[in-house]
Parts: sequence; C-alpha cells; structure tokens
Amino acid sequence: MKIRISNKFSSAVKEKIGFTFLALCIVITLLFLAGIIYLIFSNGLEVISWEFLTSVPRKGMTAGGVAPAIVGTLYLTVGAVAFALPLGLACAIYLNEYGPRGFIVNIIRMSINNLAGVPSVVFGLFGLAVFVKFFGFGVSILSGSLTLGILILPGIISASQEALMAAPYSIREASLALGATQWQTIKKTVLPAAMPGIMTGVILSVARAAGETAPILFTAATFYKRGYPDSIFSEVMALPYHIYALMTEGTKPDKQTAIAYGCALLLLAITLLISAVAIYLRNKYRSLYAR
Amino acid sequence: MRSYKELAIKMLFTVLAFSSLVFLAGIVFVLFKESIPAISEINLFDFLFGKYWYPTFEPAEFGVLPLILASLEVAVGALFVCVPLGIGSALYVNELASASQKQILKPLIETLASIPSIIYGFFGMLIVAPFIQKLFNIPTGLCAFSASVVLGVMAIPTVASISEDALSFVPNSFKEASYSLGANRWQTLTKVVIPAAASGISTSVILGMSRIVGETMTVLMVSGGAAVIPKSFFDPVRPMTATIAAEMGEAAVGSAHYHCLFAIGLILFLITLVFNALAEAISRKYRIKLGLDR
Repeated sequence: MKIRISNKFSSAVKEKIGFTFLALCIVITLLFLAGIIYLIFSNGLEVISWEFLTSVPRKGMTAGGVAPAIVGTLYLTVGAVAFALPLGLACAIYLNEYGPRGFIVNIIRMSINNLAGVPSVVFGLFGLAVFVKFFGFGVSILSGSLTLGILILPGIISASQEALMAAPYSIREASLALGATQWQTIKKTVLPAAMPGIMTGVILSVARAAGETAPILFTAATFYKRGYPDSIFSEVMALPYHIYALMTEGTKPDKQTAIAYGCALLLLAITLLISAVAIYLRNKYRSLYAR
Repeated sequence: MRSYKELAIKMLFTVLAFSSLVFLAGIVFVLFKESIPAISEINLFDFLFGKYWYPTFEPAEFGVLPLILASLEVAVGALFVCVPLGIGSALYVNELASASQKQILKPLIETLASIPSIIYGFFGMLIVAPFIQKLFNIPTGLCAFSASVVLGVMAIPTVASISEDALSFVPNSFKEASYSLGANRWQTLTKVVIPAAASGISTSVILGMSRIVGETMTVLMVSGGAAVIPKSFFDPVRPMTATIAAEMGEAAVGSAHYHCLFAIGLILFLITLVFNALAEAISRKYRIKLGLDR
C-alpha cells in the first residue's frame, strides 16, 4: 500500500482552512452583535437626558421626552407577567409533580411546544379577536397584557419545569418520609429549591415581553397619547411600538430618527441588562445543582 | 380534612395546567372562525393562487400568492446567512473553543437572541438597507435582500444554540474512536461529529426557519412593502407577517379585507405548526438513535 505524503499534507491544510472558517463564522456573528450595540449606543446616548426620560412628547413627536412610552411598557410587562406567572407555574408544577406520565401530559407538553412556535403577529390577531373585540376590552393595557401574557407563557412553563426538575429527588423523599403531604412538600421544599431557576425564567420573559411589538400593534399600542394612561382600559404608548411609529409615520424624519435612537437605546439597555442578570443567575444556579 | 385540601389543590393545578392547550385551541378556533368568511366569499383557489393583492381597490382583489412567495423568498435568503454562521459558530463553540472562551461566547450568542426584533428592524432600516442600496446601486435598499440579511442574523442564535446542544450530545467515544484510527480533528469533525449530530442540526435549521417565517417587525420595516410577485432579490416585497401588521389597523372589522388578513394568519400558523412538528419528529428519532431517551 502506497502512503501518499501529499494527501497527508493536504489534510492538514484542510484542517487549518476549516478551523479558520469556523472562527470566521463566530467572529462575523459577534461583529453583528457589536455593530448593533455600538450603533445604537453611539447615536442614542446624546439624545438621553433627564428631560427625555421624564417628560411627555411635544411638537407632534419631534421634541420632548418619551416618559409615557416607558410607563406604558412597564404596565404592559407587569400585566403580562402577573397573568402568565401563576398559570405557568401551576402548569409546570402539575407536569413535574402531579401529572401522571402518559397521554394527558403528552398532550399538554405538545401544546406548550406548539404555542411557543406561534408567530408573534398571530398572537396579535388572537388578542384582537378575543380580548379587544369579543370581551370588549378595546385597545387597552388589559388586552395587550393578556396577549403578551399568552406569548410568554410557554417560556415561563419550560423554565419553571427545568428548575423543578433540577431540584434533587431526595429532598422530596425526605419531606414525604417525615409525614408531609404532597402539597406541603412542594410548597416547603421543592419550590424554595427551584425558586432561583423559576425567577430566571421570569426575568427572561420580562425582557421578551418588554421588547415585543407585533402582539401589541392591534391590542394596546398607540403612537400619540396626551399624558399617561389612567386605567387598564386606556390605550398606551410603548417603547418598541414608538420606535416603529417614529420610523414610519410623521413628517419630520430627521428629528424623529433621533428620538427613535433614544428609544432604541432605552429598550436595548433594558433588555440587555435584564437578560444579563438572568443569564448570570442561571449559570450560577446551574453549577450549584450540577450533579 | 387535610386530604380534601390536598385533592382541591391537585384539582386546581390540573385545571390550570390545561391553560396552554386552551390558548392553542383558542388560537386555532379564532383563526378558522375569522378566516372562513373570506374563503367562502373568494373561494380557496383564487385566494391561495391569486396573483394580485389589491385589498383597497374597487373591486378589491385578494390573492395571497405574492405574499406567500415573498415570505418564501426572504426566508430562503435568510437561510444562506443563518445556516453557515449559526452552524459554524456552534461548531466553533463546541469543538474549538477553550472552556474559558466558551464561558464568554455562549452568553454572547444568547445576548444576540435577546435583542428585540424592533431593534433589528431599526438597524436594518438605518444601516443595512442604505449599505445594500449603495453596494448594488439599486433604487431602494428596502428590499428582499436586506430583509434576508437582517432576518438571517436574527436567526443565528436559534440555529447556533440548538446545533450546539446537538453537538454536545455526541458521545466522546465517537471522537476517540476516530482519533485512534488516525483521523485529525477536522476529519473527525466532518466525518464523525457532524453526521452524528446531523438530525439535531437539521432541527435547528427548521426551527430557525420557523422563526424567520413568523418574524414580523423586521420584515415590516426592511422588506419594502410592495405586494407584487417578487422577480428578484432586489425588489421590495411584502411577506405575509408584514401584510397583517401593516394592514390590520386600516381594515374595517368584519370586512373581506379583515377576514383575509386572518386567513393569512391561519396560513402562517399552519406553516409554523408543520415546521415545529417536523423538528419534534426529527429530534425524537435522533435521541433514540444516540441512545438518549427523554
């Protein structure tokens, strides 16, 4: 059998080329990330001021601040989490602690997976037909929060489930052996152990809910509102929608783009900060329970 | 007494656990209910294969073919960005990165996933589109090509993180066997690791595709918005999601236009449903293949 030196050489070259290509892939990916963050921070920082954060828009959206949009996003996000957290947690507890393995659990699991894959604009259509029209909540904080709540529900369920699963089985057995009932066991031992993981999931879904635009397009958001929302039935300004509206409506593109940069910076800073906290917590927590 | 309380709590959790099923069923019900008037009025064939989308003309035409083709065009273009970059990044993180590099790279890729889609749209509108316009010297940078680039970047984290999962499931013994036969790392990677993780990697591409097709704000801002059958990658197009988002505000409730937009929502929903089912089926098969059942 002939040994071909040239072939051996070329396989080493191939390896080098291949590895360079892979390194290039990750570098390009990170360049996009850096580019987006740099663009928005470098152009947005000069717009941010105390007035920008705390006052209402003036002169047909070309001056003043975006405080109502910040407040609106806060309301929508809090509403969404308040709706989705109890439901999601209950669902995760059922699936992990009570659910008999089999048909029912499979059906629920399948519906969670599919719900997670539904396009965000379809949630918007659902919210429009059900909350805005059928229940008559109108275009409002309530409709928007409920729609966003359904959108983040699958994420909260999976994160909670992962956290519950990571809680060691031995603590359940120990509790049951001491004569505690199943609910006492869940409440006093399993949930406290899983709490950091659950909180991480909740924090991540806060970031998601704050940044989503399509679901609130027809259910909650408005471009311009005089002052702040006064009840859960009033429509609101929201940061992500405000960026869209500034870029596509109105008559003074230059001034509007500057304000949009400011809004984009706020939104990006909020979501990045929230996600960073969540990722940090999760990594810390995962290594805690790594067995 | 205590057992009654236990039972009540268990019942409560059981009922609440069905919430996602109820919402999913609700979405299906609403989409069908609001679409049926459109389809019965226009007839399914003209709706699906009609070449003209003129919802506000008199007489109005509701053919969704241009919108479906636009979604398809933009999605295929995006695959050219997210598949090489996503899988390449995953391979780098899993096979080449040192432990400390991994600790930095993985959260960074996750960060890319947590950026809201409106920010991508904003970035696409202000940076990518003008750049593409200059680069190819075309009348407008807001076209299918720009939308593909931005959507592709958005889908990188989806493809990368799921591929990385799949790669990490490949047993070390596979690699060791390959090395012991004299293969170098690249040969092991391309001939052993990638084939072993192939189904997981294809799952990542399908889920990335599903995300791309359903993405709304980015295409709404970057794709240009012309509802005509796309002829090239440099034409402005209007994918399905952008059509719903742009027109729902002006469509009168109960009008043919309103119902048609719901029917487009139904098409979108069915497409993503098929993608998810496909991904699920592949990943289940794959786990069995590698002897990991869960």
